[in-house]
Amino acid sequence: MALAIHRLIRQAPLDRAAVDAFLAEHAPCPIVEGPHVTFLWRGEADAVWLQHWIWGLPGAQALHRIDGTDLWYVIVDLPPGSRVEYKLEIVRDGHGEWIRDPRNPLLAADPFGANSVCHGTGYETPEWTRRDPRARPGHIESHVLDGTPLGDGRRVDVYLPARFRWTRRYPLLVVHDGHDYLRYADLKHVLDNLIDRLEVAPLIALLSHPGERLDEYPNHAGHAAFVADHLLRWAQARYPLHDDPRQRCLMGASFGGVASLSTAWRYPGRFGSLLLQSGSFAFSDIGEHRRGPTFDRVVEFVNAFREEPGRPADKVFVSCGMYESLIYENRSMVPLLQATGMEVRYVEARDGHNWQNWRDRLRDALAWLFPGPLWMVYE
Amino acid sequence: MSEPESTAPPWHGHVLLGPQRHQPTLPRVVAMLGLQGRVATITAGWQEREAEDADLQRALEGRGVNLHLHARSEAVYRDDPELFAAHRAKQDRLRDLQALYRLRLGPLIEAVKRLQSQREPAPAGEPRRQVAPELVTAELEHAITTARALDEHHVARVAAIQTAYEDEVRPHERPVVRHHAEALRELLADCPAVAIAGGHVATLLNRIQLFGLGPLLADKALIAWSAGAMVLTRRIVLFHDRVPGKSTEAEVLAPGLDLCPGIVVLPDATYRLELDLRDRMQLLAARFRPELGVTLDDGDAVVRTDTDRWRALLGAPRWLRPAGTCGVLPGSARDDDDDDAPDHAEEDPWRSPSIA
Repeated sequence: MALAIHRLIRQAPLDRAAVDAFLAEHAPCPIVEGPHVTFLWRGEADAVWLQHWIWGLPGAQALHRIDGTDLWYVIVDLPPGSRVEYKLEIVRDGHGEWIRDPRNPLLAADPFGANSVCHGTGYETPEWTRRDPRARPGHIESHVLDGTPLGDGRRVDVYLPARFRWTRRYPLLVVHDGHDYLRYADLKHVLDNLIDRLEVAPLIALLSHPGERLDEYPNHAGHAAFVADHLLRWAQARYPLHDDPRQRCLMGASFGGVASLSTAWRYPGRFGSLLLQSGSFAFSDIGEHRRGPTFDRVVEFVNAFREEPGRPADKVFVSCGMYESLIYENRSMVPLLQATGMEVRYVEARDGHNWQNWRDRLRDALAWLFPGPLWMVYE
Repeated sequence: MSEPESTAPPWHGHVLLGPQRHQPTLPRVVAMLGLQGRVATITAGWQEREAEDADLQRALEGRGVNLHLHARSEAVYRDDPELFAAHRAKQDRLRDLQALYRLRLGPLIEAVKRLQSQREPAPAGEPRRQVAPELVTAELEHAITTARALDEHHVARVAAIQTAYEDEVRPHERPVVRHHAEALRELLADCPAVAIAGGHVATLLNRIQLFGLGPLLADKALIAWSAGAMVLTRRIVLFHDRVPGKSTEAEVLAPGLDLCPGIVVLPDATYRLELDLRDRMQLLAARFRPELGVTLDDGDAVVRTDTDRWRALLGAPRWLRPAGTCGVLPGSARDDDDDDAPDHAEEDPWRSPSIA
C-alpha cells in the first residue's frame, strides 16, 4: 500500500487546502507507517535537512519539496523498536538554522537543550519511567563534601528509598552525573517505581555532580580517589550501608562509563558491580585514533585496560545503542570483560547516545544488579 | 473496657483477601462478618516494620492485638545463639534444596512448553511435520504429571527437613521459645479471630512455625491476605511472570499450614501473572490440581464454605480453568469475563476435568 505522502503527491489538485487537510489528518509528525517514517516540514526555504543521530545513516538527509507546495518530506526506514532523536535544519540565504520539529510534541532533553523524538513502530516509553502516584516515593537530600582529592568542594545528592530506616542496611549505587540522570533519565521515578514494585532492592544512591568531566572522567587519579575512597568513606560513615563490596555498584554513561570502569580498575574489588551505559571506550589497535584530542586519555586508558584488564568487579552490565558510533567499541569490550571472569550482561537497543536510551535500560540493569524481593514478598 | 455483648454465635470461618495496600477491604469484611472481640494480628511478613500497624489497627477499630512474632523471633535468636545457628543451618539447607528443585523443574517445564507448542500448526516456513494430536496430548499429560510429581516430592522434602530440624533441635522445648509461646497462647486465648497480613512469605511462615502457632490458629476465625493467605494453604506457591530480564516458572516453596484447604492463592494475579497466556495458565492450573488456583486482586475476598469450597465474598476473584482460561468464582458480583469461553454460568470449579 502506498505511503500517505505518496498518496498526497498523486492527489489533484494538490493545493494549499489539500496540504492543510493532509497535515491535519496526519498530526503529529513524523508519520510512522510500519518501518517507513516520513519526516515533514512546511514553509519557504532554500533547503531542508533532517539532522539525526543515527550512526550508520548519512548524517544529514535532504527533505524534498513537493512541486507546487511548500511541503517538504523525506522517508527514512527504521527497524521496529527504534527510537531516534533529530532536528530539522532550515537553510535560507546560505544560513542553516537547526530547529525542533514544530509538528512533533515529543521531545528529549539533555544538557545541551532538547531534540525532537521519533518513536518507530513498536517503541513505547516504558511506563515504569513515569511517576506512578501509587508508588511510595523516596527522597533526595543534598550535601557538599569538602576536602576532596579533587581540591574543591563537591556536591553530592543522596537518594534515600521510601520507608528508609536507619536500623536497616542498604546496598549502594554511585551514579556519575547523577544530576543529569535525575533530570534527563527520570532516575528518581525509575528508582521509586522499581523499588516499590519489589523489582529492585531498596537502595541508597549517591548522585555525583562532576567538575570538569572531560578532564576528570578519563582515568583521573584524583577522581578515582574521590569516588572509591573519599565519597565511599563519607557515605559509609553517614548512612546505614552494607559494608560489603558486593553490595556496591558504580555506574555512568558515556564518559561517565569510562570514569566508572577506570575507577574500578584503579580500585579493584571496591565495587562489586558496574553499570556501564554507552561507555566511550575508544581504543586503537594500531596507529592514531581519530576521535580528537578529547579522547586522547580515554584511548590511553582503554588501550591499557585492554592490555591488562585485571578483574575490576564481579558483575558488569553493559548497554549501548545500535545507532551510536560507540557500538563497535562497546561490542568489542564485551568479550574482554567476559575473559576477566566477571559476570557480564550486555544489552543493545535501537537507540542512540542519549539519556532516554540510558533510562530505558535501567530496569533490566538494576533488577539484575540489585534484585528485589518480588519472588518472596506478596503484599 | 468490656466488649459489647453479642447474641450471635462467634464466627469461625476463613476469609482470604486481595492485597490491602491500595484498596483495603478488611474493614468491610470485619463489618460484614460481624466479628466481635479482639483480633490477634500477625504482621511478621513486614519484617522490621512489623510494629508499623496503625492502618491495620484502624481497620480493626482498635481491637487488634499484634503478636509481634518478628520481634519475638529476633529476641529468641539473640538469646539462644545455638538455636539461631541451627535455624540458619536449616535455612541454608532449604535454600540449597530449592535450588536443586529449580534445577530439575526447569527442563520439565520446558518439555511441557514444547509439547504445548506441538499442538499448534507449524508456523509458515517452519519445516516441522505435524505430529498426531493424540500422541502429543498423551505426552503432554504425562509431562505435566511428572512436573506435579516433582512439586509434591519437593514439598515432602521440605517437610522432612523441617521435621528433622524440630526433632533434633526441639525449638518448642527451648526455654526462650517456650516463654514466648506461652505468652502468645495467652494472647490468643483472648482473641476469637486472627488477621494475618502479607509480606515476606518465608519470614511469615518461619515465625509462625517457630512459635508453634499453627495448631492454635485452627479454631480461630481467620482473615488473611497475600502472603498471609498463602501460608494458610496446603502448599505455598511462588509465582511472578514479569520478573525483569528473566523467565520464571512458578515453584513450590514449602508446605503451608493447611488450614485453608482446596486452593492455591494467587495474590495480585492480574499484575503478577500473564493471565492471557492460555498455555502458561493451563500448566499452572494443572500443576497444582487438586487445589484450585484462585486469583486475589485488589478488592477481592473469598470465603470458605461449609463444604470446604470457596466462594467470592467481595470483588471478582477468578479461578484457573484446566483449559488455561479464567472463570469467576461462584458468588462473584461479576459475570464470567472471558468472552471467548462458552457459557460457564453453571460451572463448578471443583468438578472440572483435570487436564484439557
